Amino acid sequence: MTGFSPNAVLSPDDREPTNWQSARMRRRVEARYRAELFFKLAGLGALLLAGAFLAFLLFTIVRDGASGFRHSEVRISVQFSPQLLGIDPVAASGPDAAAVIRRGDYVGLMQATTAQLGLPVDVVSEGAWLALRRAVTDDPRVLGTTRTLWVPVTSSIDLLAKGKFDLARPAISRGISDRDVAAWRSLESRGLLRMRFNSLFMTEADSTAPELAGIAGAALGSLLTVLVALGLAFPIGVMAAVYLEEFAPRNRWTDMIEVSINNLAAVPSIIFGLLGLAVFLNFFNMPRSAPVVGGATLALMTMPVIVIAARLAIKAVPPSIRDAGLGIGASPIQLVFHHILPIALPGIMTGSIIGTARALGETAPLLLIGMRAFVTDVPQGFASPATVLPVQIFLWSDDVQRGFVEKTSAAIIVLLVVLLLLNSVAIYLRNRYERQL
Amino acid sequence: MTEVSANRPEMGVAAPLKISARNVSVFYGAKQALKNVSLDVSSEQVTAFIGPSGCGKSTFLRCFNRMNDTIDTARVTGEIRLDGRDINSPDMDVVQLRARVGMVFQKPNPFPKSIYENIAYGPRIHGLARGKVELDEIVENALRRAGLWDEAKDRLGESGTALSGGQQQRLCIARAIAVDPEVILMDEPCSALDPIATAKIEELIDDLRGRYAIVIVTHNMQQAARVSQKTAFFHLGSMVEYGDTSMIFTNPVQRRTKDYITGRYG
Repeated sequence: MTGFSPNAVLSPDDREPTNWQSARMRRRVEARYRAELFFKLAGLGALLLAGAFLAFLLFTIVRDGASGFRHSEVRISVQFSPQLLGIDPVAASGPDAAAVIRRGDYVGLMQATTAQLGLPVDVVSEGAWLALRRAVTDDPRVLGTTRTLWVPVTSSIDLLAKGKFDLARPAISRGISDRDVAAWRSLESRGLLRMRFNSLFMTEADSTAPELAGIAGAALGSLLTVLVALGLAFPIGVMAAVYLEEFAPRNRWTDMIEVSINNLAAVPSIIFGLLGLAVFLNFFNMPRSAPVVGGATLALMTMPVIVIAARLAIKAVPPSIRDAGLGIGASPIQLVFHHILPIALPGIMTGSIIGTARALGETAPLLLIGMRAFVTDVPQGFASPATVLPVQIFLWSDDVQRGFVEKTSAAIIVLLVVLLLLNSVAIYLRNRYERQL
Repeated sequence: MTEVSANRPEMGVAAPLKISARNVSVFYGAKQALKNVSLDVSSEQVTAFIGPSGCGKSTFLRCFNRMNDTIDTARVTGEIRLDGRDINSPDMDVVQLRARVGMVFQKPNPFPKSIYENIAYGPRIHGLARGKVELDEIVENALRRAGLWDEAKDRLGESGTALSGGQQQRLCIARAIAVDPEVILMDEPCSALDPIATAKIEELIDDLRGRYAIVIVTHNMQQAARVSQKTAFFHLGSMVEYGDTSMIFTNPVQRRTKDYITGRYG
């Protein structure tokens, strides 16, 4: 600036009229346009980059995981000989039929059947005998007849069929033996293989054999755990927020509670796991690996998020609504439940969605309370051992067997779909409430 | 009651006494917003509070239904009697007090619910209606009395917030009427409205006079002159003058009142 003495008092007339058409002004305008353009491009660039990352993530997951939803089956011709099975055909139609059929030696029958394929390696999955038992249970009349069945193959054959190995490389470094390759080629040339939707993956729980492992156990475990977490955290969190916002006096204690809640929301989740371990398992002796404990632990973690979101939402309710309610003689409780909560609900739900999504994707605290156990059954209830989707992903990603690679990606897809569904439902609910206003 | 009036002959309340305030002061924290105000409100007249912004007139109004309770730092001293009963005494139920002393606010504040629900809410929480038919009747009556029935009868299910500003304010008045209060407090009810909507509200106030004791706070002196029979002039937290509206506007006793009325105050 040119010498602008503070003492010089300019009267309005002393000031030069501004020339808005001058070259300097034009340059200023151009510079502003340039700055705006740059900002717009930078924003667009950030958006594109974020989109590219997302696309890359989804692409790799789907590329690796899509094959996890399909598996190869081999055609076998089974002679359901009662002798081989060790089942008395008379008893099989008698009163104890179910028990008699259950006791049959299906593993032996499967071994005898696969031997007919004339291959030096096992091509049929070690769990395939279950298909034989199911066939007999479904219809005992198959006993004594010969039927054609499609049963799952071992993981090696399955991966070969899916083209997961680079067969041009030497046997030592390609991860699969020549004998397996030969067996696969033989089956393939005889037309005994087919690719089908992997129903086992969608209905079973974990297994040591990749071709038998399923996601249903973990998915149900996740559902139960999140139900417990939400069931505890949502009402308690919302009520705490209502009390703090509407009823609590403003003093040192409430300030301290507020600070504590804010800090609690930032505590690393594994600490909550330790807390759950110490309190729920060691002190209250609740069942290990159970959704009820996992849910309670995650509720501890989710609650501060819900409290904070709910307090913000309640605070955002216009004061005029409070005036209106109180002015007409609504009691404080009526004001809260008839006016404040309905208006704040969309905001509260947004916070709860974020909290739930976080709980659904949480692994660390659940490892500590034993939800990383190897559970081969679909959980039967809130207190039975279970695992959850993210822990299942963690466990499979850690497994040495090659077949679990695609299972891991497939499980990630399931987790993402579950998250997407959950969020869609929550957002739908939120929008419906918002529209009612 | 008569004794009180006798003590303050200058107030000259001829009409039946509804509210009597004695030495009311209001503090927000350390700041005194209202200084020692005493005044009687008649049950059959419209009483207007006028004065410049920040003079304490709304603060005083909010004492009558204890809305100042909702402000943490506010403290009210003095005595306010509704039909002779101290409204600040512990045995006065504040919820019922607010049902008896309804309030209309500066900014129209309908609930984000349907028009019907807006009106029906008060009667419902106070148990004024036995059954749907009676409630429908109350809603219709309130809307009719607020002059909103013809405009709203075909859209009772629509949201109250979808109405125009003037209609919203009449909805708020209808909402207050529906509870059948004894007193209606109006805190600058027309300040957010255009002249036509204002005229409608003023007409409505005139219609409601007699049935309810009405106390109205207004910035607009013409409005005070048009709708009220009693006027109190407030300045810097004190009540400067209180008397018949005709007297206040034509022949004020206090110099400050005169200056304000003739437009010498900002």
